[in-house]
Amino acid sequence: MDFKLSALTKSIWVFHVSAGSCNNCDIEILDLLTPRHDVERFGIQLVGSVRHADALLITGAMNKKAVVRMKKIYEQAPKPCVVVAVGQCALSRHLFRYSYNVEEPLDKILPVDLYIPGCPPKPEAMIDGIVKLVNKLKSKK
Amino acid sequence: MLNIIFNYLIFPGFLFSVCIGLIAGWFDRKVTARLQWRKGPPWYQNFADILKLLGKETILPSSAKLTFLLAPCLGLASLVLVATILGRNIISPSQGFSGDLVVVLYLLVIPAISLILGASASRNPLASVGASREMKLILAYELPFILSIIAIIIKSGGAIQFGTILNHQALFGSNIFSWSGLIAFLVSVLCIQAKLGFVPFDVSEAEQEIMGGVLIEYSGLPLAIFKLIKAMLLYTLPVLLIILFLGQNLTMLSVIGKFIALLIVIILIKNTSPRLRIDQSLRFFWRIPTLLAILAVILGYFGL
Ligand code: SF4
Repeated sequence: MDFKLSALTKSIWVFHVSAGSCNNCDIEILDLLTPRHDVERFGIQLVGSVRHADALLITGAMNKKAVVRMKKIYEQAPKPCVVVAVGQCALSRHLFRYSYNVEEPLDKILPVDLYIPGCPPKPEAMIDGIVKLVNKLKSKK
Repeated sequence: MLNIIFNYLIFPGFLFSVCIGLIAGWFDRKVTARLQWRKGPPWYQNFADILKLLGKETILPSSAKLTFLLAPCLGLASLVLVATILGRNIISPSQGFSGDLVVVLYLLVIPAISLILGASASRNPLASVGASREMKLILAYELPFILSIIAIIIKSGGAIQFGTILNHQALFGSNIFSWSGLIAFLVSVLCIQAKLGFVPFDVSEAEQEIMGGVLIEYSGLPLAIFKLIKAMLLYTLPVLLIILFLGQNLTMLSVIGKFIALLIVIILIKNTSPRLRIDQSLRFFWRIPTLLAILAVILGYFGL
């Protein structure tokens, strides 16, 4: 069991879901792959299909239409799969919290494992978050 | 009997070729990263990926479960056989059987067919787009690839056995140092790029447009097997090229050196070219490489 866990923490494949974000968070996520931050050092890769994913990076304010798709995508991901909420929007709906079509924050919809605050969060903050998540997974065993 | 099982499962077969293939895959990622001024993953990265995939849930489509699961196994089994035949031939060229070149050519198509089968069994529309592209790609590259191998066969006096081809090269120098051999080598390097599914010929798996294409519905164990197939292709295809074109000096060190040199060529092509559309790749393969391969056959016929 332990063996699998250490393999999992060394090779996290990430699927990126935008649930109505302003696109800034998404750009910051793409920054992680650039030469300056290069998360491939840690085996983190962006994958194209949710079936390959180990982590869902969710950005955006969860509008009504996105919520339905979000649940579907989460169901399609092979477990174990962690959910990471990136950005203030995904955490708390941010400045859209009184909006007519944004009803619930993300953690009322899906079990969120990691919150990364910021508008948009810095790439360093995301790497820090991932490290914390890996440590948490390791201590939980 | 025990010897055969050992050969198939451990030494030049499954275990050995998978390990070399995964390390070659890491080499590919590392060189790619260095070319882009990144640091790149650690050496055990691909092993960790495979181990992790083994621990993940496997999701099956509601239809055609058996085909979906058996397709990757089919590809893997045939590739292991190829790796075994090639490995045995490098160790002791006289032990092959007549026609093993033809057998290897057939077996090398099966991984692509297994991809098509698996993708079609998953019933995903994007996967079927990927499968149809893969099918067209096979039609495109198989013609120049086989023509360039025919040039080699003609050069070595009609031999369809690796042992004879290697002997011929040991006597008269590597095939690549003749005009027909050089042209055929260039053509087959391009075809190998397509067989490996690398840029510029990765339309069937295009991550950005059809999200992994043929592999889109695969997860867990079958996905791990497909990753192993990719890794083993990265080992078997350069070795095939070494046997056919660079077979003069087959000591351990020179084989490793040639293998790494070929890998670097493949990786450089991968990193310096953009993706071609499927119609462009088809047109490309049926024009320039096919003509070049025909030229190689003619030159080979006249013994150049
Ligand atoms: S958190 Fe800020 S940057 Fe990110 S999607 Fe929301 S508004 Fe945009």
